[in-house]
Amino acid sequence: MNDNLQQQLIKDLLIESFEGLDNFDREMLALEKGEGNAETLNIVFRIIHTIKGSSGCIGLNKIESVAHVGESLLSLLRDGKLAFNPAMISALLEYSDALKEMFRSLEQTGQQGGADYSALLQKLQSLQTGNPVETKPAATYGLFEEEPAAPLAPQPSPTVVPEPLPARVPHIEKVNAPEKAAAEKEVAARPATSVSDTAIRVDVGQLDKLMNLVGELVLARNQIVQFTAQAQEPTLLNAAQRINTITTELQESVMKTRMQPIGNVWAKFPRIVHDMAQDLGKQVELVMEGKETDLDRTIIEAIKDPLTHLIRNAVDHGIETPETRRAAGKPDRGTLTLRAYHEGGQVNIEILDNGRGINIPKVKEKAVQRSLVTPDQAAVMSDREVFNLIFLPGFSTAEKVTNVSGRGVGMDVVKTNIEKIGGSVDVLSEAGQGTTLKIKIPLTLAIIPALIVTSGAERFAIPQVSLLELVRLEAEQARKGIEMLYGAPIYRLRGQLLPLAYLNRELKLESPATTSASVPANDAVVNIVVLQADGRQFGMVVDEINDTEEIVVKPLGKQLKSITCFAGATIMGDGKVALILDVMGLAQHANVIAEVRDRAVTGKAKAAEKVDERQTLLLFNAGQNARMAIPLSMVARLEEFPRSQVEHSGNQEVVQYRGQILPLIQIANYLPNASATPMQADPVQVVVYSEAGRSVGLVVGKINDIVHEVLTVKRNSSRDGILGSAVVQDKVTDLLDVIGIIHAADPTFYEETRKI
Amino acid sequence: MTNTKQFCTFFVNGLFFGVEVLKVQEVIRYQGMTRVPLAPATIQGLINLRGQIVTAIDLRRRLELPPRDDEQLPMNVVVRSDDGAVSLLVDEIGDVVEIQDDIYEHPPETLKGVARELVQGVYKLKERLLLILDTEKTVTLGNAGNRT
Repeated sequence: MNDNLQQQLIKDLLIESFEGLDNFDREMLALEKGEGNAETLNIVFRIIHTIKGSSGCIGLNKIESVAHVGESLLSLLRDGKLAFNPAMISALLEYSDALKEMFRSLEQTGQQGGADYSALLQKLQSLQTGNPVETKPAATYGLFEEEPAAPLAPQPSPTVVPEPLPARVPHIEKVNAPEKAAAEKEVAARPATSVSDTAIRVDVGQLDKLMNLVGELVLARNQIVQFTAQAQEPTLLNAAQRINTITTELQESVMKTRMQPIGNVWAKFPRIVHDMAQDLGKQVELVMEGKETDLDRTIIEAIKDPLTHLIRNAVDHGIETPETRRAAGKPDRGTLTLRAYHEGGQVNIEILDNGRGINIPKVKEKAVQRSLVTPDQAAVMSDREVFNLIFLPGFSTAEKVTNVSGRGVGMDVVKTNIEKIGGSVDVLSEAGQGTTLKIKIPLTLAIIPALIVTSGAERFAIPQVSLLELVRLEAEQARKGIEMLYGAPIYRLRGQLLPLAYLNRELKLESPATTSASVPANDAVVNIVVLQADGRQFGMVVDEINDTEEIVVKPLGKQLKSITCFAGATIMGDGKVALILDVMGLAQHANVIAEVRDRAVTGKAKAAEKVDERQTLLLFNAGQNARMAIPLSMVARLEEFPRSQVEHSGNQEVVQYRGQILPLIQIANYLPNASATPMQADPVQVVVYSEAGRSVGLVVGKINDIVHEVLTVKRNSSRDGILGSAVVQDKVTDLLDVIGIIHAADPTFYEETRKI
Repeated sequence: MTNTKQFCTFFVNGLFFGVEVLKVQEVIRYQGMTRVPLAPATIQGLINLRGQIVTAIDLRRRLELPPRDDEQLPMNVVVRSDDGAVSLLVDEIGDVVEIQDDIYEHPPETLKGVARELVQGVYKLKERLLLILDTEKTVTLGNAGNRT
């Protein structure tokens, strides 16, 4: 177990135990006054039981063994096997003090304390047997007495050996510099600040309420800021400014209180991995990085099961047995790494193993066998597509069904669960080297980006995660573009059929534009929101597309839970409530998904083929009218540099780019018949191409478009710099030979990358 | 000596109803609402109560009484339920009354329909009868929730 975790556990234990022992004392005194009942004994028993259990779990043997003696006595009392008598109260209070003393010592020094409690324990033990030992008169006032420093009875006790702990418990974690000196002075006067003084338990409901109120405050703030922007009163402006900053800070702080480190979920993984490895006869080392990465507690809950599943999978399928590993020249011990980190408002979780990797031929074979793909498709699939096959329902390559994996449910469920919370999963694998699973999840579920649309005079929020694109059809296009297929409206989106649903009709809203006719009125503009649910696309026609906004998701009451079309509600900037659409539920309601699913069974082959043929292309001009394209997959970034930033290194044009020097290649120079003169436009349009950490910039004329099309090369070319020509968007377009040009411009580019 | 209880009272279609004061979170004026498509007709909409989204149930519809006149704006009696706050839309708010337990009686057997289910008991006040609503049942819409 790692130090941080141990410290956290100890801290939790301390808070819990101090609280518990205070209760214990209170209940004991109640018993003494004769106010107690059977329930009181139950309560005190439970307190001690918890303390004993928790201390035992984290290796605090001395506390555990002391706690145990009292527990036995209390258990007899609780079960009525022993009658309660006042002598027990003082002994038990003394016992409670002993425990407190040990916890205090643990808190201050990281040790369980060297005091000897054998006399006390003996007393407790004798109370159990019903023959009270002779107690010294002073012992009855144990509550107010210092613990005897020397044992009353000289016999050695097995419990006195102080257990060294891996780390000292930090009782004050964060102290600001100026406060520190004062704090230190105080510490000198008082022994220490107890953790139970610096941390309190708060009801989650209370935090949610705070969050709500802060949300309201943000809205009020927005209105004030808007209003004061027009006012010319400096005092008012100042105050508004202050309210603005304070509100922002308050919002962040409240958000933080709901966050928990991901380590909380990971805490149980070492055990799972250990047990599984033992069962399977494997050796696995679990490395965890970034445990302190914070996540909203609702997300922590949601990723618990998917992560457990992935870890099990990695140990079961990924890591090989020691013999196999040795044969492959790898160390016997496999490594499983869990890594979490924040990146761009999201949390990334990676699960890496250095096991056998995904066996591509086997995955293909399985997929064909289960008729998930046809043999032809399997033959032409890229590695990446093959990896994604493992997420299909009903897929498993495990040869035998073990109790941990291989039942064919799993990865698809993992994927669905992660997508449900707006995340994504990606697999990378290299045969023999291992597999990496990358999970990206949003920081919080409470606040999500959403598109606000209007339909039937009502506003609705659509979570951005389900949104693919927006299509606006002008009147003429709308009339032509939307076709009816047995009453079902369909739009051809870049050659693919997109089933449509009208939001106002699905939700039975009155909308002036589309109430009467099944085909939109002649002059109406049609706004289509292209959505994705369960891996399928459909178009939702709305009256108006407003804006994207960060919205705070709030649950609906139980009266509305049965309406699957809504995922919740949110409060808009004007204080009104808007419903959040549940895209999946809506799709089912509108029957746009079920229909597609039928098609998907037979048409999976087609879909896969399309994936292969269709390519996303970047269209651009290179000089005069030369219409060119390169696959978007080869483009790392598109950049624009002012001409003034272009510098020279030797005769090479370069720009400074992200702390590096980016060589620029004028593609016009490498094209035949130099129809294109080097581009001198300002700003310079650059397509950045990266390979193994090295980048070059290709200077192009003008970026035109990005299209997703089936690419059929019509004419192969023997011209330098051109791979061939194709018809893209009804125009002849040359395909740029990126690699050839870079090679011509800098013959060492690929060699050096290879060396790296 | 008999115990007394306090009730928040209101009128719906001329009937005099009461809800135990401790179950009422607050009473507010009519508020703009967001209606919920596809929801049962008893649900009038959603209101924003200081950042909390509260479902508003039209008591007239819930009790299967004739609908309210359009020009008459209802009031919100926000009650606490197991599932958070729910607003009951009523015609008019009455006083908070303190009543002795000894004039309480179970609803008469002749009470029919939905009222039989939702009215917990009756206080025989001098001038009229006070019907006590079971709030938990009132805010729970069964399968009978008549869909629009």
